[in-house]
Amino acid sequence: MDSVFLFIQILNGLQYGLLLFLIASGLTLVFGIMGVINLAHGSFYMIGAYMALSLTQLTGSLPAALLLGIPIALVLGYGMEGLFIVHLYRRDHLDQLLLTYGFILILNETQSIIWGDDAHGVPVPSWLDLSLPLTDTLSYPVYRLAVSGVCLVLAIAMYLVIQRTRLGMMVRAGESNREMVEVLGINIRQLYAFVFSAGICLAAVAGMLAAPIESVYPGIGEQVLIISFVVVVIGGIGSIKGAFVGSLLIGLAQVFGQVLLPEFSGAVVYALMAAVLLWRPTGLFGRA
Amino acid sequence: MRYEKKRSASRRTVIKGLGAGLGLAAAASFPAPFVRAQSAPVKVGILLPYSGTYAKLGDAITNAMMLNIAENGDTLGGRPVEYIKLDSEAAPPKATENTNKLILSDKVDFLVGPVHSGVAMGMAKIAREEGVITIVPNAGADQITGPLCAPNVFRTSFTNWQPSFPMGKVLLDKGLKNVALCYWNYGAGKQSAQGFIDGFVPNGGTIVKEIGVPFPEVEFQAALTEIAAANPDAVYVFFAGGGAVKFVKDYAAAGLKDSIPLYGSGFLTEGVTQAQGAAAEGIQTTLHYADTLDNPENKAFRAAYKEKFGAEADVYAVQGYDTGTLMRIGMDAVGGDMEAKNDLIAAMDQADFASPRGPFKLSAAHNPVQNFYLREVKNGVNEVISVAYEGLADPAKGCTMG
Repeated sequence: MDSVFLFIQILNGLQYGLLLFLIASGLTLVFGIMGVINLAHGSFYMIGAYMALSLTQLTGSLPAALLLGIPIALVLGYGMEGLFIVHLYRRDHLDQLLLTYGFILILNETQSIIWGDDAHGVPVPSWLDLSLPLTDTLSYPVYRLAVSGVCLVLAIAMYLVIQRTRLGMMVRAGESNREMVEVLGINIRQLYAFVFSAGICLAAVAGMLAAPIESVYPGIGEQVLIISFVVVVIGGIGSIKGAFVGSLLIGLAQVFGQVLLPEFSGAVVYALMAAVLLWRPTGLFGRA
Repeated sequence: MRYEKKRSASRRTVIKGLGAGLGLAAAASFPAPFVRAQSAPVKVGILLPYSGTYAKLGDAITNAMMLNIAENGDTLGGRPVEYIKLDSEAAPPKATENTNKLILSDKVDFLVGPVHSGVAMGMAKIAREEGVITIVPNAGADQITGPLCAPNVFRTSFTNWQPSFPMGKVLLDKGLKNVALCYWNYGAGKQSAQGFIDGFVPNGGTIVKEIGVPFPEVEFQAALTEIAAANPDAVYVFFAGGGAVKFVKDYAAAGLKDSIPLYGSGFLTEGVTQAQGAAAEGIQTTLHYADTLDNPENKAFRAAYKEKFGAEADVYAVQGYDTGTLMRIGMDAVGGDMEAKNDLIAAMDQADFASPRGPFKLSAAHNPVQNFYLREVKNGVNEVISVAYEGLADPAKGCTMG
């Protein structure tokens, strides 16, 4: 392979990985800290994408849609936690799977009723609708690079919040020992509600940012759900750092699987997951 | 079912009232079973997706088929029609159960469906065994009218092979000899790619690169980079629905649209040009239909469909409409008598009519022999440029019938 194309493929892998990170980080937060398996995580990615569609039509710009969409997503997450998820903390994972699977069906049907079953395109903001020429024939859309930039900024922000702030300290403490945190006088209920809505919000933001790249169509949420779980498992459940490394690994594996092993490209990421789990059964950064 | 119940009930009353001997005589004077069956409704079982990604296709097929039969006074062969609709959910694991329900419990006379090729495979196997007259209004799996073909199984749509085959010659005529293929690496994508290869390579074309993207993956950057590296004269692709929207937009965003022309099977630009926007302009595809086809049947059909359902008809609606025509031809030939199954099947087999898509008849394997049109997206509409192939039949590899 030409070194220029090798470089472009690495860029493709990293760029895809960063987007995956944004989706998977919310899942790993909720899964790792609250112990809740949220199968409906992908549905909130879908809701984000459809919000980008409607709010962009309404306001005429994607940044405005983002500003409007984030509070909506937070409210949705807060409401879902307070009304439904709260009943599941003391139950086993099967009950959580059943409820959140039910949410997938309900949200998909709601999407079909509100937006119909057509595929839609969301326009790239005009000031980002450029391409950088890389070779004679190939250029790189600036919007994709901008999304990568946003994902990187969010990753750093998340790291700082969790490692350096009082809130982050509470979240980490809640992850290791719920009872002790409660005894120390911290309102764990509120903390969980916050973490859950933040997780939902991350999924929705990923959906909104991805909408101009991915287009918006029914079933878009299920596509990302499985690969997000793979990322979470590879990185180690609950570890943001793990989700970051896992996402980039998956992004690169996907791209180079397709280039080097085209016949097995569908299986490469799962082979990678199996290999990581054999080596480290709790994932790269997971704690036993 | 209903007919049997009525008959035994009336026989019981008669026996009670008049005694055994008279009862027999009365039963004999009852209308002959055939005449009674004629007034009983024809049961049309429909197994199509009404939820999920393919819901729109299921609705279009159902609407158009019912429109056709409504134009015939809601009758088939003089008998009223009863529809039994079942949501296939486009889920292959549920195909067997759903098909069995329609055939064994509902005892349908006709089975119409499905959209999804995976569902079709499960359905066709049962339909073959049970002998129920089955019409596939979309699913393109080559096998249905190939190794799995059967006298009672018909298709009004296409084989996956068909829409791609004519494009090989189109590209060679344009002097495009080195082509890269890119498709979703599953049944339909692979069969579509094979159709293109069959029409292209034997006539002197070279496939310089073949890229299979795992289905239903829509991350195409790696594939686009591979295409740019191979630098072919043209690219031929198979994608549909959301994947088609994304591929066409990504292709343009990567700057490839200006340097390497993009061609595809018609599904690349079918029903999605609005979402694709400017990225779709100028893309040429081949398909057995185009909204703008200029023939009286198409105009009448599109006007009637729009008036009744308030939406524009599409290729799926045409396939549903022709499913209705095919049933009408069969039932008219036998005057609505389902017992005369062989005659009914023979009449359907010989069907030859003017469809909104152009002339329609069936091959020995019961797949349409039809025109394929070269279309180009202009202002978001697939305009017909020419007939790329007239009366193309699928090779029906592996079909031992006829």
